[in-house]
Amino acid sequence: MTKAKTKSKAKTALQKVKFYQTGTLTVGNRLMDEDARSVQASMDRSNALTSGHRACQGCGEALGARYAIDAAMRAVNNRIVAVNATGCLEVFTTPYPETAWSIPWIHSLFGNAAAVATGVAAANRVKGRKDVKVIAQGGDGGTTDIGFGCLSGMFERNDDVLYICYDNEAYMNTGVQRSSATPPTARTATTPSVGDKPGNVFGTGKNLPLIAMAHNIPYVATASVSDLHDLETKVTRAMDIKGSRYIHIFVPCPLGWGTAAHDTIRIARLAMESGLFPLFEAEHGEVNSSSPIRRQVPVEDYLRPQRRFAHLFKKGHEDTESIARLQAMADANIKRFNLLRKHNQRDEL
Amino acid sequence: MKPFAITLDVGTSLANHTGSWRNERPVYLDRLPPCNAACPAGENIQAWLYHAEEGDYHAAWQEIMQHNPMPAIMGRVCYHACEGACNRGKVDEAVGIHAVERFLGDEAQKKGWTVDCASPSGKNVLVIGAGPSGLSAAYHLARLGHAVTIHEAGPFSGGMMRFGIPKYRLPREVLDAEVQRILDMGVTLKVDSKVDDIQALMKDGGFDACFVAVGAHLAKRANIPAGDASHILDAVSMLRGMETEAEPPLLGRRVVVYGGGNTAVDVARTAKRLGASEALIVYRRTREQMPAHDFEMEEAEEEGVLVHWLRTIKQIEDTTFTVEKMALNDDGWPEPTGEFETIEADTLVLALGQDVDTSFLEKVPGVNIAKDGVVDVDETMMTGCDGIFAGGDMVPAERTVTVAVGHGKKAARNIDAYLRRFRYKPPPKHEVAEFENLNSWYYTDADQRVQPALDLIRRQTTFQEVLGGLDETNALFEARRCLSCGNCFECDNCYGVCPDNAVIKLGPGKRFEFNYDYCKGCGMCVAECPCGAIKMVPEEN
Ligand SMILES: Cc1cc2nc3c(=O)[nH]c(=O)nc-3n(C[C@H](O)[C@H](O)[C@H](O)COP(=O)(O)OP(=O)(O)OC[C@H]3O[C@@H](n4cnc5c(N)ncnc54)[C@H](O)[C@@H]3O)c2cc1C
Ligand SMILES: Cc1ncc(C[n+]2csc(CCOP(=O)(O)OP(=O)(O)O)c2C)c(N)n1
Ligand code: SF4
Ligand code: SF4
Ligand SMILES: [Mg+2]
Repeated sequence: MTKAKTKSKAKTALQKVKFYQTGTLTVGNRLMDEDARSVQASMDRSNALTSGHRACQGCGEALGARYAIDAAMRAVNNRIVAVNATGCLEVFTTPYPETAWSIPWIHSLFGNAAAVATGVAAANRVKGRKDVKVIAQGGDGGTTDIGFGCLSGMFERNDDVLYICYDNEAYMNTGVQRSSATPPTARTATTPSVGDKPGNVFGTGKNLPLIAMAHNIPYVATASVSDLHDLETKVTRAMDIKGSRYIHIFVPCPLGWGTAAHDTIRIARLAMESGLFPLFEAEHGEVNSSSPIRRQVPVEDYLRPQRRFAHLFKKGHEDTESIARLQAMADANIKRFNLLRKHNQRDEL
Repeated sequence: MKPFAITLDVGTSLANHTGSWRNERPVYLDRLPPCNAACPAGENIQAWLYHAEEGDYHAAWQEIMQHNPMPAIMGRVCYHACEGACNRGKVDEAVGIHAVERFLGDEAQKKGWTVDCASPSGKNVLVIGAGPSGLSAAYHLARLGHAVTIHEAGPFSGGMMRFGIPKYRLPREVLDAEVQRILDMGVTLKVDSKVDDIQALMKDGGFDACFVAVGAHLAKRANIPAGDASHILDAVSMLRGMETEAEPPLLGRRVVVYGGGNTAVDVARTAKRLGASEALIVYRRTREQMPAHDFEMEEAEEEGVLVHWLRTIKQIEDTTFTVEKMALNDDGWPEPTGEFETIEADTLVLALGQDVDTSFLEKVPGVNIAKDGVVDVDETMMTGCDGIFAGGDMVPAERTVTVAVGHGKKAARNIDAYLRRFRYKPPPKHEVAEFENLNSWYYTDADQRVQPALDLIRRQTTFQEVLGGLDETNALFEARRCLSCGNCFECDNCYGVCPDNAVIKLGPGKRFEFNYDYCKGCGMCVAECPCGAIKMVPEEN
């Protein structure tokens, strides 16, 4: 038999078996059809955020932004404008006159990205450019704190903008100050690890995805750099919806968290698998899907490799009470979003 | 005058070579998968599974054939050291490598796949013994372009694969087809031609080199006082009789087999099938110390084979066996206890191992017979006599089909070098892909596929093959359980996870390259590569 014949036989055989070695857990998979692979696997992905940017080694935000914007571009045939809040993502990509963005991109201020995006969307409407979509993006500080008013207004008016928050749980660009997305006990420049309850305090902060849902906007989702396929699916879905949409992406920061540069995705995975950062989607204020935990880990596995939590694990002075409270937060998420149901193997497409 | 900032043209960050930040750089490498490292025949298992994963069974089979000429046999009788070493064993269960190999071997027989040979070298090689080692050497020599003649003492080819391993583990159609493919390559086989004088034969036949692989066929005896009426056989002649005699050996109703190796188990299982109501293995040590493999013992016990551990046979009077109980001492050695019991049996089969018949080699100048009766060879498999090589059971090594096949390959490569007057240099071994080099998160959960087994009644009464093969669906599934340890399988993870787009995807089958102009050396690609095909190395300055 010729080789060509063997190959074509192989093709029919492939369809029968529903197991792909790594399924969709890896970025690509040579055994699967091209269109079942991720945007990032493609040789002609747009690389909206290109090389030469000045983000730290192993930056989760740089990675998350490329994942999200490349997926958005694929979804709408590259017709997007991005509005960026001040923060690392703006500073490391665009030290004027140099830029790492290969898309139309505007930066105005730290707190007004949502308002500027509303304006761009309005201008498009007036000019009749229905095909051009608007994305606003910023860090957790720019989103949950200083930009919160503008963002809430954008949601309330249901302006046709996708807002993406890259959550690295502090004001990283100015030297790791606490934001309202900083988790309890984390050490930052403004919540130092001193005193008998060191780090950020319990009972503070806000959960922006839930607040966004309370605005009844068409689409809210959380995503993580540790689950690329899920992230791309959510961005693609969001691009298909009109009105205000919000995606909150978990992006570890090696510098601010005190983690190894190569551990960024692993840390994000541990956040996901411990239940501390649940992945879910909501439409019009109702949660309608969540990603079950595949291999559950205790929160300790997530906290221990990070220097911002080092004070919890001081030899002989382990802060078991705080660790237990963090575990309780994870457990509450697991219950609320039903994260421990049996995992539906995603390679059985 | 315009304000300063907007007088500057916007430029791309590509001008900024962030590669200068790096103090370590990622590099792609192929690590040696533990399965490959463990395979006595030197198969590149990961490589053929890679083709099988894609459903390209022909390419997979051709890859096996680079090293092992008999995949259909190997997938049945090899003790698969590869699976013991398989990294997937640390995730759930090892990849069922043997089952996929068997599928590929059977597929090749169905489709009549063949291999290519190099153009004729004009050299003649004599092979003595048509066991797995001789057949493997003949095959590899033929592929390398040499003319090969095999002289075999017995009436058939196969060696212990036919005269030892019973049909219920290796159907003879399978064995015959694998041998026939080798003969079809132009190898000449002369059966019923025992070699007595190697040097005379080489001279008369115009042979330029010789590979000797006569195995170990002399049964070891035990000194057990026994009356004339006692019926005592040895395992090799009994099993051989199954193949060469018109009638199977007469064993009676109750058969005792003495020994603890795989041969003892095969004898007991054969006795069961020949109608023995009782097949009892007597062994002087414990089950844990038994050289027989667990899976074979389990299959035998399923079929009703009984075992008495820690017993030695002291004396036989007619059908009455006196056995002494043993106990392990502190060093784990069995010692007599002085307690005796008796067993009734019609036949005793001794399965105490075999020695090599070296008599015809003793005349060859230079050949050195080691203390335990095996033949010494150097690292090229050459004996002390120039141009005469040896391998398989007759040289110091583990005695398995797979080791024998490996010896045949190694000898063939060295004989080729000897004939062409160069020195064969095996390619350097890569570092082993340890489980710690992998990121097992990325592999989906999947249990090992199970081979179907024949029903018990037929296992106890016929010589039909006990284990069935995997069908295509299951073979493909099993192949895809492979983690591809240490060898890129183009999952695109490195390409995807680099925050600096510093990985260049070269296209299907071409793998990836780093763009060191921008790689900052974060090492995320290394951490997230599922199979450990990248490592960080320090930057020179
Ligand atoms: C019962 C039994 C079961 C086994 N089961 C397994 C198993 O499941 N898996 C496994 O891996 N291994 C198994 N083995 C071991 C395996 O069969 C041997 O290690 C292997 O066959 C050795 O190969 P060889 O080529 O060195 O010798 P052999 O297979 O012994 O072949 C040697 C050949 O040389 C011939 N010969 C001998 N003297 C001469 C002469 N002077 N001139 C010409 N020809 C000669 C013999 O007739 C024979 O055909 C088993 C062994 C036995 C006895
Ligand atoms: C009105 C205003 N206040 C303060 C700053 C300084 N500033 C620039 S970026 C930044 C923090 C950004 O934090 P975040 O939004 O979380 O983004 P990150 O850098 O962490 O990605 C601050 C405080 C500013 N640019 N404008
Ligand atoms: S997983 Fe595959 S490559 Fe790794 S040891 Fe097992 S069979 Fe070999
Ligand atoms: S990450 Fe995937 S694509 Fe990259 S080297 Fe490893 S196996 Fe190959
Ligand atoms: Mg931040």
